[in-house]
Amino acid sequence: MLNLEIPKKYNTIVGQAESAAQEIFRPISRKYDLAEHAYPKELDMFVAALDGLNDGDASSGASAGALGREDRAGDGVRNGNNMKSILSMEPLCWADVGLLLTLPNNGLGNAAIAAVADAEQLKRFGKKWAAMAITEPGAGSDSAAIRTTATVDGDHYLLNGEKIFITSGERADVIVVWASLDPAQGRAAIKSFVVEWGTPGMELVRLEKKLGIRASDTAQVRFDNCRVPRENLLGSPEIQTDKGFAGVMQTFDNTRPPVATMALGVARAALERTRELLHRPADQDASRGLFARDALEAELDRMEADYEAARLLTLRAAWMADNGRPNNMEASMCKAKAGRVGNAITLRCVELCGALGYGEGELLEKWARDSKILDIFEGTQQIQLLVVARRMLELSSRELR
Amino acid sequence: MSARIDAKSDPITLAMRVMRWISTSDALDRIGARKTAERLLYRGTRAGFRGIAAGRRQFAPLLKLAKPSRLPRNASSDLFDLNFTEEQEMLRDAVRRLVNERVAPQAHAADEACAAPAELLQEIHALGLNLIASAEATGGMAQERPIVTNMLMAEELARGDMGVALAALAPIAVINALNEWGSAAQQSCYLPPLLEDQPCMASIAVAEPYPGEAQLRTVARRTAQGYRISGEKSLVIGGASAEFLLVAARVEGEQQPALFIVEAGTAGLSSKPEPAMGVRAAATARLRLDDVQVPASARLGEEADVFDFSQFMALSRMAWNALACGTAEAVRDYVIPYVKERSAFGEPVAHRQGVAFMVADIGIELDGMRLANWRAAALAEQGKDARRAAYLAHILASEKGMQIGTDGVQLLGGHGFVKEHPVERWYRNLRAVSLAGTGIIV
Repeated sequence: MLNLEIPKKYNTIVGQAESAAQEIFRPISRKYDLAEHAYPKELDMFVAALDGLNDGDASSGASAGALGREDRAGDGVRNGNNMKSILSMEPLCWADVGLLLTLPNNGLGNAAIAAVADAEQLKRFGKKWAAMAITEPGAGSDSAAIRTTATVDGDHYLLNGEKIFITSGERADVIVVWASLDPAQGRAAIKSFVVEWGTPGMELVRLEKKLGIRASDTAQVRFDNCRVPRENLLGSPEIQTDKGFAGVMQTFDNTRPPVATMALGVARAALERTRELLHRPADQDASRGLFARDALEAELDRMEADYEAARLLTLRAAWMADNGRPNNMEASMCKAKAGRVGNAITLRCVELCGALGYGEGELLEKWARDSKILDIFEGTQQIQLLVVARRMLELSSRELR
Repeated sequence: MSARIDAKSDPITLAMRVMRWISTSDALDRIGARKTAERLLYRGTRAGFRGIAAGRRQFAPLLKLAKPSRLPRNASSDLFDLNFTEEQEMLRDAVRRLVNERVAPQAHAADEACAAPAELLQEIHALGLNLIASAEATGGMAQERPIVTNMLMAEELARGDMGVALAALAPIAVINALNEWGSAAQQSCYLPPLLEDQPCMASIAVAEPYPGEAQLRTVARRTAQGYRISGEKSLVIGGASAEFLLVAARVEGEQQPALFIVEAGTAGLSSKPEPAMGVRAAATARLRLDDVQVPASARLGEEADVFDFSQFMALSRMAWNALACGTAEAVRDYVIPYVKERSAFGEPVAHRQGVAFMVADIGIELDGMRLANWRAAALAEQGKDARRAAYLAHILASEKGMQIGTDGVQLLGGHGFVKEHPVERWYRNLRAVSLAGTGIIV
């Protein structure tokens, strides 16, 4: 039966996230925007509390760890971990998406480990903070062009190469590194390896200074004959030319709705604050049409409509994953829509609020800086459109490049 | 009243036709669906079809309702769910088949003729859309207000043609309005002719030809006998052939507009054709009301506080949004094979990102506006406040819908501009979505 409201059973967890957003995240938002590279120690207490809450329920919390397509048997619709996860992280993104990104033990690497690790690997790495290293100076969206290599050396792999744009790369306990077993064999040879900090041959090159999400550190790491145990390879060590890379890429279907949710949180923050500053509350009666309103209210309503479309597309992608339906296209749709809408809304809100919006006295200018990355990482706008177009047109990546 | 039955619309032929749409439905074999199908078919064969009355219809209280029949709202669900019920799937399937095989092939001619073929409207109504909209006590078969079902039917019909959809849905909208706000006496008089196997033509007239005005100019002044209404109504669906109308007017001394039942032939009511940019099959007309005198009992709901204008706006927006979604879906499904077949510079144009990204955006925005409207309809069906959700969905339906319409023409280039392809018709029709608030409600 058609219903697009948030289930009441999530009221508690969303309420807890809203409290944390208000009481912990928002008060330190500007502080860590200004103090780039300083570690937000306030988050340690929050994560300790979160872990306490989650003990006995491995699937709850803001963690991206439990995401993925459910194996579904039998009848009945389900609202599961994918939906719960985005609902509980949204308020934190509303508060400060940079802080959310540097939440200990909740890295993108954790999602990859949860998705493909075997039982033994889960035991070793499941509780560790895991960052994700894909991008290289010469390979961004084109992950098949990765040049970092992993060569067998006895019981180990030797990793060689350089990785950039690693979120929490320095702060995390381990980094999940994408490397090629044989660059000549293209995408199928790309595997992911869990590398623990402290492994000889692993070196922090630098931390980036950025436009936004400055609370979240972004690291560059070099691997120079870095010896990684063979049992740290995630998934199959075989090079399967037909589907190896597809398995790696599937992680994105699970992580794109959460990244879309980040954009939704930032956009909602900007919209709400702008409505307050401009004294234009949402008209619940809504009898009047768009053009019977003043320009500010009409613009706010237009943005809210776009926000609503992005929000529902995101919930749909999560709902599909919870119900065992392939959602590759829908995950990219929500990321594309939320990414561009989040950026457009935050920029417009600064504009609508004039000098007040542009100054550091408000957080509006910060949100407008933070939102830009959300239309870039985890697949740029253009990559999402490629994924969507290939699905809709039923064209291969060779036909539609 | 004289009944006219011709060969094409004899009851058995029509029933067979309905059976063809419904019985081949995949969803039918699932539990629950068959019962509805059989009830529909039963109604379809039970009585002969009456043609349009030769003279003016006399509206008499054929029902004896002691109090207004109000369909209950659906029990609310707590799960986020994008599945439709088996009944909804079955009906959608049936309408989809009818639209593909009958509506779409006749859409171009209906647009040119500025009228939907009577036989086509009969075939659509033979599916029993009117029965699904009304309670058993009134002669229908609904258990609750089927807002989601109405929305789905509008989506599907618009895949064929928005104008034909409007012509078919106008009387259904009047049924919905009577069920929402009509008094017992009004339901007793006006529901029976709408719940016949072929509903009489009726239409809701709100829009006026005065842009930029916050208030309606049509005004209803109280008189000793009731109300005296004067004003002009624009783009009334089937305005010239409607046997009665629901006319929106401002009542002196009141804040919100009211709806008045005005029967065709009432002194002072006149109409003339008013063709428009699109939705031409809806046979839109301009209506003039010159001191039209109606009794006090003609005011919908009779009491001043029954009719809720903001609720009416929400239900109307949902209906128009659904039409936008169906039309945009038609655009999407037409351009995909076209850009894959059309070759330029040695390969299909679909292989170019400039083209492919437009297709991707059509898909993204269509899904976004559709989900927003589904949300509004589901809220309304559960008896929750859906007014803002419908408003936001309408912003999307009119702006993204039009973008999809214009991109549809653009993707076909010069071929999109000529009438050999339907995209120019969808382009013209999608602009009509900004008219929401008149004509139809779910």
